[in-house]
Amino acid sequence: MSVLIDRSSRLLVQGITGRDGSFHARQMIDYGTQVVGGVVPGKGGQTFEGQVPIFDTVAEAVDETGADASVIYVPPAFAADAIYEAADAGVRLIVAITEGIPVLDMTRVMPFVKDRGARLLGPNCPGLISPGKSKVGILPGQICEPGPVGVVSRSGTLTYEVIHHLTGAGIGQSTCVGIGGDPIIGTSFIDCLSLFEADSETRAVVMIGEIGGTDEQEAAAFVEREMGKPVVGFIAGQTAPPGRRMGHAGAIISGSEGTAKEKMEAFRQHGIAVARRPADIVDLVRKALG
Amino acid sequence: MKIHEYQARKIFRDHGLPVPPERVAVSPEEAEAAARELGGKVVVKAQVHVGGRGKAGGVKLAKGPAEAREAAGAILGMDIKGLEVQKVLVAPAVDIADEAYAGIIVDRASKRPVLMVSAAGGVDIEQVARETPEKIHKVEIDPRYGLLTHQAMALGFALYDDLGRVREAARLFQRLYRAFEAIDASLAEVNPLVVTGEGELQAIDAKVNLDDNALYRHPEFEGLRDPSSEAPAEVEAREKGLSYVKLEGTVGCIVNGAGLAMATMDLIKYYGAEPANFLDIGGSSNPEKVVNAMRIILSDPNVKAILFNIFGGITRCDDVANGIVSALKQLDVDVPIVIRLTGTNEKEALEILESVDLPATNSMDEVVQKAIELAKGGAR
Repeated sequence: MSVLIDRSSRLLVQGITGRDGSFHARQMIDYGTQVVGGVVPGKGGQTFEGQVPIFDTVAEAVDETGADASVIYVPPAFAADAIYEAADAGVRLIVAITEGIPVLDMTRVMPFVKDRGARLLGPNCPGLISPGKSKVGILPGQICEPGPVGVVSRSGTLTYEVIHHLTGAGIGQSTCVGIGGDPIIGTSFIDCLSLFEADSETRAVVMIGEIGGTDEQEAAAFVEREMGKPVVGFIAGQTAPPGRRMGHAGAIISGSEGTAKEKMEAFRQHGIAVARRPADIVDLVRKALG
Repeated sequence: MKIHEYQARKIFRDHGLPVPPERVAVSPEEAEAAARELGGKVVVKAQVHVGGRGKAGGVKLAKGPAEAREAAGAILGMDIKGLEVQKVLVAPAVDIADEAYAGIIVDRASKRPVLMVSAAGGVDIEQVARETPEKIHKVEIDPRYGLLTHQAMALGFALYDDLGRVREAARLFQRLYRAFEAIDASLAEVNPLVVTGEGELQAIDAKVNLDDNALYRHPEFEGLRDPSSEAPAEVEAREKGLSYVKLEGTVGCIVNGAGLAMATMDLIKYYGAEPANFLDIGGSSNPEKVVNAMRIILSDPNVKAILFNIFGGITRCDDVANGIVSALKQLDVDVPIVIRLTGTNEKEALEILESVDLPATNSMDEVVQKAIELAKGGAR
């Protein structure tokens, strides 16, 4: 088992001929992901690297290939529509890698996706990987190993750092999910935590948060209330000044809300072991696994 | 992007909100002329991108042109939370019978715009939210339908008793939402929303933050940006596609990814030093970005050492290594550089760096400790 994706996932790549789309389509295929089609308006009938059929629309691609997941690499101005299109075509899991989608676009996208019963991961996220089975997005496959730890994170490269430490210590991962750094995202910490709680392969979870908002605090309360599996936490941005956006649109401390200190306290209060630096996560996870 | 009150007032007025007229002045003489033109009592307000202007002495009442001149003289050039006041707004002073708050933000939890109102106006709304949350009334707005009349009316009833006033406020809230939506705001706030002594409903302050991600479809707002409110290095960074925030420490950092960049800053602090900056070179790296990042960091005289922390994914380590090599050729690099590289094309990167005798490690803890040690011994 693993969460959200596995060997049977059939993936479309929206924007497969773009710079990022083509590079990562190749990486995903090499990793073993079943990339069954690409979507680029105007390039229907062509193939990607002679092996993946390209379609003009997502609906056509789903009809022809039976795809159940899609990953989006299109530029921000077109990304909201790419999500609408995937949801309309009945894709169950939509992973939006694109960074820089206007937040009001996302407020309109969310109810649309929900009405059609799809799950959105992201936007502005690195995607997800179930090591040894499938990867969707941009996470580097070579740093992961299959194993018992679920990883859920708002960051990209910081997640790689944590996975790198885990793998280096011989601790593999069931699934690693990057939920994205924007204020409005389709899949929350709590969504992922409940998936990990229900997953038979996952025995412990690492949750990596950052400054801004209250998602981590709510997730911490959820852990105490609903989870039997141990959770280890880390929060980035302990040195971030209030009122300044730290790269991610979601990473801003407003008023007294969303500081790293506040989040780390919420973690401790709800029984989550807190790592002070990424390297410390390893020992805490080892302890959690028993 | 933050914009000034005078800019926000114009946007609100253009969307039909009742905002009294104002003038902008950059000198005491201009403020005096503005007060004469407006007539009667005026209020002179500092135009800076920080809250708490009133408490800092940046808002003054003036009985007439002479006092307006004096007030502007005191406010212009004033330092408010690190920003120098370069402009003041002059507006008619109104006789306030009632003050309320109305503001729209995008709410992360409901994933929707939320309109909040409170009868506790004219004060710090975050403080009200913390201390007396029951005084704040909210509605979630479904962006497919906009702010519905009954929703706006319900909030009107939360503030006022008179039905005519409730309807008037409801219309104002709907206009505020239409403005919020039309300009792609992340915040649109009227604080205070007043009833004047003459019984008129007026928005006598305006605050707007625009969504940076939506600026591409609002070229009309590019001119609203106030470069004097940002450090020059931050302006340059933005223009070069880098995300940079200057801090007070001595260890300069260049990192790919915002989360890792913050974690790097935190690790510097963990080992007993202070980061000089936040800098994210972003995903798809090209060597030019690295050169620009180095130039920006070197422009900070506090920087005593530069540390690279690169975890290659989309970012290719060899691109970064090539960037470091060209930066060393193009720039006068007078501080030590320490490098951590791992991930995509790490091997190629190490070969490139070896050719210019720059060692690299693949441990984040190691590189941070090394940078701190060098920064302590460093002098420029």
